[in-house]
Amino acid sequence: MKRIATILLAGLALGCFVLAQGTLSLTGAGATFPYPMYSKWFDEYHKKNPSLEINYQSIGSGGGIKQITEGTVDFGATDGPMNDDQLKAYQDKHGSGILHFPTVLGAVVPTYNIPGVTASLNFTPEALAGIYLGKVTKWNDPLIADANKGVKLPADDIIVVHRAESSGTTYVWTDYLSKVSEEWKTKVGKAAAVKWPTPTALGGQGNEGVTGTVKNTPDSIGYVELIYAESNKIPYGNVKNAAGVFVKASLAGVTAAAAGAAKVMPDDFRVSITNAPGKDAYPISSFTWLLIPAKFSDAAKRDAIKGFVSWMLTDGQNYAEALSYAKLPKEVVAKEKKALNNIQ
Amino acid sequence: MATTTTTVPSADPVAGSRSFLSRLRDGDEIARLITFLFAASVVLITILLVYELWQGSALPRHQFGFSFFRTSVWDPVFDQFGALPFIYGTLVTSAVALLIAVPLGIGAAIFLAELAPLRLSDTLEFFIDLLAAVPSVIYGLLGIFIIVPLMRRVIQPELKQVLGILPLFKGPAFGLGFLTAGMVLAIMIIPYIISVSREILLSVPRDQREAALALGATRWESTWKVVVPFARAGIIGSIFLALARALGETMAVTMVIGNTPIISASLLSPGDSIASVIASQFKEATGELYTQSLIELGLVLFLLTFILNGLARIMIVVTSKRGSGLGRA
Amino acid sequence: MSARLRWRKFVSAFMLSMTGVCALVAVSVLFLILGYLVFHGGASVSWSFFTRLPAPVGETGGGMANAIVGSAKLLLLATLIGVPIGFFGAIYLAEFSGTTTAFVVRYAADLMNGVPSIVIGIFAYSLAVLPFKHFSTFAGGFALGLMMIPITLRSTEEFLRSVPVSLREGAMALGASKWKTIVTVIVPSAYRGILTTILLAFARVAGETAPLLFTALGNRFWSPGWNQPTASLPVAIYNYAISPYEDWHRQAWAAGLVLLGLILVINIVARGVLARGISVSRS
Repeated sequence: MKRIATILLAGLALGCFVLAQGTLSLTGAGATFPYPMYSKWFDEYHKKNPSLEINYQSIGSGGGIKQITEGTVDFGATDGPMNDDQLKAYQDKHGSGILHFPTVLGAVVPTYNIPGVTASLNFTPEALAGIYLGKVTKWNDPLIADANKGVKLPADDIIVVHRAESSGTTYVWTDYLSKVSEEWKTKVGKAAAVKWPTPTALGGQGNEGVTGTVKNTPDSIGYVELIYAESNKIPYGNVKNAAGVFVKASLAGVTAAAAGAAKVMPDDFRVSITNAPGKDAYPISSFTWLLIPAKFSDAAKRDAIKGFVSWMLTDGQNYAEALSYAKLPKEVVAKEKKALNNIQ
Repeated sequence: MATTTTTVPSADPVAGSRSFLSRLRDGDEIARLITFLFAASVVLITILLVYELWQGSALPRHQFGFSFFRTSVWDPVFDQFGALPFIYGTLVTSAVALLIAVPLGIGAAIFLAELAPLRLSDTLEFFIDLLAAVPSVIYGLLGIFIIVPLMRRVIQPELKQVLGILPLFKGPAFGLGFLTAGMVLAIMIIPYIISVSREILLSVPRDQREAALALGATRWESTWKVVVPFARAGIIGSIFLALARALGETMAVTMVIGNTPIISASLLSPGDSIASVIASQFKEATGELYTQSLIELGLVLFLLTFILNGLARIMIVVTSKRGSGLGRA
Repeated sequence: MSARLRWRKFVSAFMLSMTGVCALVAVSVLFLILGYLVFHGGASVSWSFFTRLPAPVGETGGGMANAIVGSAKLLLLATLIGVPIGFFGAIYLAEFSGTTTAFVVRYAADLMNGVPSIVIGIFAYSLAVLPFKHFSTFAGGFALGLMMIPITLRSTEEFLRSVPVSLREGAMALGASKWKTIVTVIVPSAYRGILTTILLAFARVAGETAPLLFTALGNRFWSPGWNQPTASLPVAIYNYAISPYEDWHRQAWAAGLVLLGLILVINIVARGVLARGISVSRS
């Protein structure tokens, strides 16, 4: 038995040694919103560069911001851009800045599980705000029913599902609600983690958790990134945009929402495109960003991440639409390519 | 009485006795020193742990003081943190767990200690010990895929129909929530109650039982009215141990409790517990106050389990000192 | 027989059979758990489960090879950290220490034992992750190792103390020094118990998830060396179980079966070792 143990030990050590040879490993953490996209990208990129592993852990945007600020990961990811306080905190801690790089565009959809209802419901901003404020409590409330004549809605209590942890998707959702509802703006505000006004609600871990909870809980409603609702085949609703049109989340709708912002993109790429103008725009759209330090102490890691971002801006974009994420507008791509030089 | 062995050179009284003896003594001294260092490191690590918890929660302690325990608001946006919902959730789920596990556990322990023939008792105890070895995440797995749907589709609607007037069973049947978490916890802590209580009961002296039977008591009366009261302190100790275990359970609870910081009278409501909220929010807590508030929760949990474990040990020692004879044959 | 006596006898028979029911319920839970795991996970435990890396999110066909290897590395490290401290500390307690020191050390160990695993995770994060600026296998192994210390310490001490005085005295009478007695006589005669202890401590931390969440984090690829985050079976089960993907659910069941199978096998072997040991050293 002792001999077996020694052999196992030696084998394990050898295995680690062998695996460690020449493999550069980068660790990133953050948003669950783009996780399907990122996992596909890092997988494909690894196939092209077998000696580079980019390990991405989807722990939520808040986690991405926190861990990159602590310096425990090489890059972060978030759908809620870092605010000025957070940027300052990073600067103070590291002596250099943190850069935002948009990767793709996505949509946050209201997804629901109502027994007997398979149609795509129409949601007005008032309905969505009302539900999440806890004022609209039943599915057959006029605020919902009036926009959905012809659909039989049950008189059941609405079960609200939200994110349990700090989340960029929550940021996008609350950003939208703050724009369309004055009450939401003053009472709750927009942030990655808020105090939810509904007395009874369920929390899910990550986009994955919310999707799973909605899927398993009748009469529930949640907010998730489009691909999660699509790939799990749960119904999601159309949302009335600023132009008064009910739009179903789609690549076209998200691209239309980003069109205006692309032309006036700020240098740090932090911008909100919720409730964008235009009749085709899907109102709950968002960019999602990689958080990359402006200064790397490890040249190999810096080159690796720059190489990935270059690939992501060109070849990588071709994988986006298959996963229901919209490509970046070309103005943004051009601007990012130049911004890559800011990474030292 | 000369020693007759051949192998020990120190027996040589003339040549190198002092040098060898001193070397031997050094050998022992070295051994003592090395092992002492390892033992001391245990103490040092523990002190460091408490220190880290204390220091790491300095901000909220100074800012909120004792109101941390009275506030039910957990608002990361406005930097308001109150522990009440999590303390509530921890206590409620543990209470439900005890309500289910204690009668079952003590009943089973009585069976194993008093009724079952020794072979059967040992075999069953073997299986109970295996049950104690099942990790939390496996219970969580079964919780999510088996127990929660069962609760949502069958059990909770039934409870609402029968007992719906009570505030305990109001609200929609989520499947997740306090009741489900309490049930999963109950399964997890039963083995502890059974194995400790069984040992305690087995250690109750034979003459106690025999005296009762001699006075005409039935088997049950002898057990319930004489043996169990005799072992009462130890059994309570086992309950404290199980409770301490339940308080600290993380994974199984976080997977079925619903992850919402709510205080609700209804057992069907989702909620959160201290261990569960730390697990789900620690990695994402941005800002010192948020992170440190979670650490303060960890400190609270640590103190609770510390006190309970201490009490448990005292009570178990008290009982085993009482029953210093053999149990039944 | 009076009516009252008949009633009391009935109550007695009834209550005692109820306790039997309680015992039956408690034991059958174990088999229910195993049954569900085999039923749901059995089919998914395939060759690809053991040999392939995870596939991108939403795609099927991935496996948990890296989680299995990751768990092995974590547990190896945990054993290397936890067992020596527990073992040598126990030798100190059993052979060298005075009563006050022994009390303090045992108290500290019991304290550590009672610490909830999530709190150990916080501690390991601040000690092994923050200062080094990355999540790592090492930090995860450190957290698990901490949990192994108190179990190993207390149990090993018990087994060392249980070595018959006659053996110790015999060695002393033959002129052996203390450390030599320990090495050649005491430890070897207690080795079964010590081995059992190590196996049980190992099985205990094999299933721990919470401490790994903030230390080893996770990895979708192989984890090179000891300084990178790593996947592990328990964390993989957790992440996959709360996800909405059917394929991941199946993999979670399979992983659960593998993990529980491993833990139960170790437990059974350990208790078997101990039982044989007891029957052998009858004198």
